[in-house]
Amino acid sequence: MQETAWMVSLVLMLLITFGVIFVAINSDKRQEDYGPLVKSAYGFRTKLFWAVALVFLPAMIFNLMDLPYDVSRAAGKGAPQVINVTGHMWYWEMDRDEVSVGQPVEIHITSADVNHGFGIYDPSLRLVAQAQAMPGYTNVIRHTFDKEGTYRVLCMEYCGVAHHNMMTEIKVGKS
Amino acid sequence: MASYTYTPTPDQGAKAGVLAYLVISAVVLLLMMLFGLLMRMEQAQFISIGGLWFYKLLTLHGAGMVGIVALAGAAVMWHFLGQYVQLTQGIFMANLVLFLTGVVMILGSVLVGDFHAGWTFLFPLPGTSMGLWSQGAAASFMGGLLVIGVGFVLLHLDIARAIIKRYGGLGRGLGWPQLFGPDDGNAPPPAVVASTMVTIVNLIGLVVGASILVMMLVNLYVPTFEIDALLAKGMIYFFGHVFINAVIYMAVIAVYEILPRYTQRPWKSNKVFLASWTASTIMVMFIFPHHLLMDYAFPKWFLIMGHIIGYLNTFPILIVTGYGAMMIVYRSGIRWDMCSRLLFVSLFGWAVGAMPAFIDGTITVNYVMHNTLWVPGHFHTYLILGMVAMVFGFMYYLGKPDENAKDSPIDVAAFWGFVIGTMGFTMSFLYGGKEGAARRYAEHLPNWVPYDRLGSIFAMLLIASVLVFIFRFLGRLGLARRDYQRASLARSMAT
Repeated sequence: MQETAWMVSLVLMLLITFGVIFVAINSDKRQEDYGPLVKSAYGFRTKLFWAVALVFLPAMIFNLMDLPYDVSRAAGKGAPQVINVTGHMWYWEMDRDEVSVGQPVEIHITSADVNHGFGIYDPSLRLVAQAQAMPGYTNVIRHTFDKEGTYRVLCMEYCGVAHHNMMTEIKVGKS
Repeated sequence: MASYTYTPTPDQGAKAGVLAYLVISAVVLLLMMLFGLLMRMEQAQFISIGGLWFYKLLTLHGAGMVGIVALAGAAVMWHFLGQYVQLTQGIFMANLVLFLTGVVMILGSVLVGDFHAGWTFLFPLPGTSMGLWSQGAAASFMGGLLVIGVGFVLLHLDIARAIIKRYGGLGRGLGWPQLFGPDDGNAPPPAVVASTMVTIVNLIGLVVGASILVMMLVNLYVPTFEIDALLAKGMIYFFGHVFINAVIYMAVIAVYEILPRYTQRPWKSNKVFLASWTASTIMVMFIFPHHLLMDYAFPKWFLIMGHIIGYLNTFPILIVTGYGAMMIVYRSGIRWDMCSRLLFVSLFGWAVGAMPAFIDGTITVNYVMHNTLWVPGHFHTYLILGMVAMVFGFMYYLGKPDENAKDSPIDVAAFWGFVIGTMGFTMSFLYGGKEGAARRYAEHLPNWVPYDRLGSIFAMLLIASVLVFIFRFLGRLGLARRDYQRASLARSMAT
């Protein structure tokens, strides 16, 4: 997902860059009569509007198909393995830290004091899932680990002077 | 039949109050950029200031930057809006006095009281210090923000009064009669439409922000006055998002007002323009859930709303304002100087920064990129290369010695240093975010350090360029108050 976000951003940013450079290059000679230029520019703008709409709107809808909030993400693969997590300044309290690969996991996250963020990084340090840890509420991450290994948990919400040291691990092994 | 004839508008010098706003903005902006550089260098392991100082600087940098760009944006808006409506100088100056009072309270809180809960003051962190700062320090910080907010409420109330008096209502200030009825060509100019929008959203945002600040101040001393953390977070992000977004909509008035003077082409408040500003008024107020996508406890529809509006919000930026600037510059014979360059590039910065921003607002992306360096990556792009470029363009406009004045090679070099420095700085953030680097970390994991180092070097280039902009503006302050032709005429018009 991160690679896709990066590539899509780069492409869109480059398209805008080319458009701006094109206009800058063509700004030297003046077309005195602005009316006809406006008319053709408005025509092009309508086409641009539809082009952007036809790309952005389906992308917007497509990206609503598999939301992290959906309970169904942990269904159909057996009973989920549950981890109960409480964030404290500045450590994580977890009732278990070992789960099986390929089986759904439900991580119930809350906080005992301030806002924290429970971010799970895979062994190659790629962020694979996260949710906020908030006092008075429980957020549930539903995730199936597809690789064995030691996953690092980092705090993803600023929580004070030791925020960057608030780390723990989840070990994902054979079932 | 629409007319595309440009009616020349005389260039007016700035009032002393506007210059006071701009001088303070320039100095504080530079200071906050230096704080930002120190943080980046700490992450890059170029220096070692320790966690406490890192987070104190983080708190000052956030609060300082949000406040100072709001002050600079207000200066731009007040200067041009004052040419259409009767604004009150006393209120404008009262806002500055309240702003400086708030700044002193915030500086005292952080530098003397060691407060470092971040500018977002997320409840209940300000009151949960683990003994690292006092109740008084937290109260001073939140009180400082409150005082600054009160100043801006006064300013916006005066602007609302002036617009209502001149145009007959805020709906008329947004051009609704022309938007929803026949376009008689009498819609308010873009500066008025933009100011109306900013005033509406900021008044609502500031009242919500002040409410949560007062609630948290009461809670600080009377803990039995309980606050729901989720409600507090929603209110803080509503206020914060509206307020920081509004600064761009204030500063873009410089583009609407100055680029037509260079190109001798009008920037029309036509139906599409009016529709986009009305849409932006609504979207700016309802887009804030995109900050809360990882708070699953919010209703699902609320979070999906943030996702959807994130996509829709790109349309007015790209298709109306960005495209509009391209339209009036294309084949215009514009003479490029520091002012026109900075204003032109500011639309590029805004549009290009909006791309990774809306992608971040995609729920499935946010799931793996929220609160990584991707976030400062996009907002630094549209704030520095967008909003701040607009302000520097305005400063160069005010200080331009005459319409035919040539730029020094140092200024031109600084312009390119600014563009390259900003893009290098923000792309290092974005790439770090893609690699998973968490934001607001005093210490980075070894894998993330190379991007921090690259970002620090580009930040130095950016700051060196900004130094040139600021010294040039300060050196030309004497010119900035006078009324004379500043904008160079487009080529065939000048000959």
